Amino acid sequence: MTRTKIVLAGEGGQGVQSVAKILVEAGYEANKEILYIPNFGVEQRGGVSIAFCQIGDEKIGEPRFSKGDIVIMLSDRAIERCQTYIDKNTVVIYDTSVCHTKPTAECKEIIGIPANQIAHDELSVRVFNIIILGVIIEATKVMPIDYVKSAMEHALGKKFDKKPELRELNYKALECGMKLVAKSQCV
Amino acid sequence: MVELLSLPPEIPSAQNMKVGASKFCPGCGHGIILKSLAYVIDELGLQERAVFGCDIGCSLLSWNYMNVDTVQTHHGRTTPVIYGVTRANPGTVGIAYMGDGGGLAIGAQHLVNASVRGENMLILLCNNTNYGMTGGQMSPTTMPGQITETTPYGRDCETTGKPAKGAEMVASIVDPGKSFVARSTVSNVRKLRATLKKALTNVANGGFSFVEVLSICPLNWRTNNKDTFGRLAKMEEFFEVKDFVVPEGLN
Amino acid sequence: MVKKLIEKDTKMFLTGNEVIAYAANAAQAEFMYGYPITPQNEIMHTWCKLLPKTEAGFLQTEDEISAGFSTIGGILAGKRAFTATAGPGNVIMQDAMSMAEMMRIPFVCAVMQRGGPSTATVIYAQQETNLTCFGGNGEGFRIVYSTSGHQDLYDYVIKAFNTAWKYRFPTFILADGYQGKMREPVMMYDPATRGITMEPTPAQLRAVGKIGVDRDANHLRNTFNLEEELMEHLEGYQKDFDEMAKEVAEYEEYRAEDAEILIIAHGIVARSAKTAIDALREKGIKVGLFRPITIRPLAVEPLRNAVKRSKQILFTESANGQLARIVLEKIYGLTTPYSTLYKMGVGVTGDDLINKVQEMISSSQVVA
Repeated sequence: MTRTKIVLAGEGGQGVQSVAKILVEAGYEANKEILYIPNFGVEQRGGVSIAFCQIGDEKIGEPRFSKGDIVIMLSDRAIERCQTYIDKNTVVIYDTSVCHTKPTAECKEIIGIPANQIAHDELSVRVFNIIILGVIIEATKVMPIDYVKSAMEHALGKKFDKKPELRELNYKALECGMKLVAKSQCV
Repeated sequence: MVELLSLPPEIPSAQNMKVGASKFCPGCGHGIILKSLAYVIDELGLQERAVFGCDIGCSLLSWNYMNVDTVQTHHGRTTPVIYGVTRANPGTVGIAYMGDGGGLAIGAQHLVNASVRGENMLILLCNNTNYGMTGGQMSPTTMPGQITETTPYGRDCETTGKPAKGAEMVASIVDPGKSFVARSTVSNVRKLRATLKKALTNVANGGFSFVEVLSICPLNWRTNNKDTFGRLAKMEEFFEVKDFVVPEGLN
Repeated sequence: MVKKLIEKDTKMFLTGNEVIAYAANAAQAEFMYGYPITPQNEIMHTWCKLLPKTEAGFLQTEDEISAGFSTIGGILAGKRAFTATAGPGNVIMQDAMSMAEMMRIPFVCAVMQRGGPSTATVIYAQQETNLTCFGGNGEGFRIVYSTSGHQDLYDYVIKAFNTAWKYRFPTFILADGYQGKMREPVMMYDPATRGITMEPTPAQLRAVGKIGVDRDANHLRNTFNLEEELMEHLEGYQKDFDEMAKEVAEYEEYRAEDAEILIIAHGIVARSAKTAIDALREKGIKVGLFRPITIRPLAVEPLRNAVKRSKQILFTESANGQLARIVLEKIYGLTTPYSTLYKMGVGVTGDDLINKVQEMISSSQVVA
């Protein structure tokens, strides 16, 4: 049974849950079995935000898993919180331009990417989370990119209609994220 | 052989004939209020539209007093049950009947919120200044200095606060355009009936009504007839008897 | 009459709270009374958002006490009314649930469990199992369905309305914050297309017929003068409850037929058990699951048979053995040894169970 377990964690406001929603919507459209739990606490805003996503070919059993296949961490606090989801089979991804610390866990692979820096310098800080989405898609290869684009259309279509250049910007961000992983895996 | 002249008792059709003598203590004020209510239901032709709910406490003994569909609930919970009914079945004339404990202590949050929301119902509160059924403890409306089981040396307002004035509180938070708020007393049955008529007319028209009735509890007060009504007169000095809020067009 | 949203089979990808609102509409629920508490809020959010389409009713009350009692009012007025709550809200709503139990009111409530006691977490737990089954100053004349995902939520919300009105015991959907907040696919349908007809919901207040002409006035009460009068009443309830149990009790077994180790779990923890069972079976370890769907009443005979067949049992819950206490009473006399994996207010993962089962095997001679 193939099942990909993804943990995506960052600071509230980084768009973690928005990206997770696009990801699981895309998976649903691709006819995958999906189970998505947004982490939520007492506060409405702030704090570490974690999304637990499972994408598989057969009905998902456990709602919460103990170890992720891929764990993406977008802040120092997220790195601290997510240690528990990492084991020797986990691919760990973190943002080198946001985090001051480096994940140290024993794992399959650690990939550092300066997504926030790139977003700021080359695209727009507002598409930082879409770069991350590209990173996840490339790192997991869990579904074809077309489903992701159509889920993005679903989530952001209204904004795209108002400002058509936004669509191009988001696609660029998505591709940029995918390339970041491909590049780092070549090294 | 002496022939006895017997007259059938006059009972309104909204009162349940079958229960016979009421279960209230001799001299209790509940019977006066309930019978007045039944007359007004008759007068306004509301028997088929009325739903009567009663609380725990002495008012619970009214569970089969009325000849309308009735429900006996929990302490303080009559108000939400009745607005639950009227919300679900608009056009119902909902009546929530309770004592001063049920209305102003354990069910006070429901009284406040039903008043603010202008629930389409009558909240009818019998104020006899103590918890009767449980043996005569202090209630929110116990008079200053009044002796009860939990104020055996008289109510001390320094430590227990002053008596709660329900009608004044409700009057200050309702929408005056569609609410009727009054305080009445069992010492004047004619006026009590007139007040209840205004209250139910307002509910039948879709409004919210609150009527507090000053009542008597000779058993727990340990008073004879004269002292009972003497004390009621003192209550009427302390708790102003009048219509506090009357929507335009009612009267 | 409310308007149905789902007429033909529709697959959707929603949160569990949304599923509950859709299912209530599919069951032709007419009115919801509710008060905000996490993690069940989106049930009423969704219900409210759909109101222009469904033409149903809603009242946001001042607290859960009121939500419970006004739901009772709506039901007595002849509406298919319901409510939902969680945690401390479930605690204070017991007042109304207890009255519903006494007066045989078909009270339907979705409980989305959160951590306890008291405020604890707003996230997830299975710690309201005991409260939902036995809360109030009574005997627990209640029906409690424990769901384990979105399809269950849809199916059993519809079923709960019919069970409640058919047998007139308060009926609960016992779920949790994970089920409420998580998203997964669900197949929605019009119950009529599955041969399900909804039970009628006659009014008891303002009932049909003119008072004094067609019928006597209804005087509903939950007070009794005499001890014996009360007992006589409750003995009747017990008899009805036992009869109902034969028709209502439900359970699920997963690879339990030849299981040497039987995991007993309910709700969403049972799903983690399935994940663990599949992994352990691949290693040749004979593990299975018994999942009570009705926590109250329990399917006692199938439970006892499954326990008898196995060599060891493992209770696992996101609570400190609340289900186990209910189950142990019903398997009294059987000698199968048991182990436990309790995580109070925390999810049980497949890995947790795999490790536990392996530990049980290595420390026991029973299973080779």
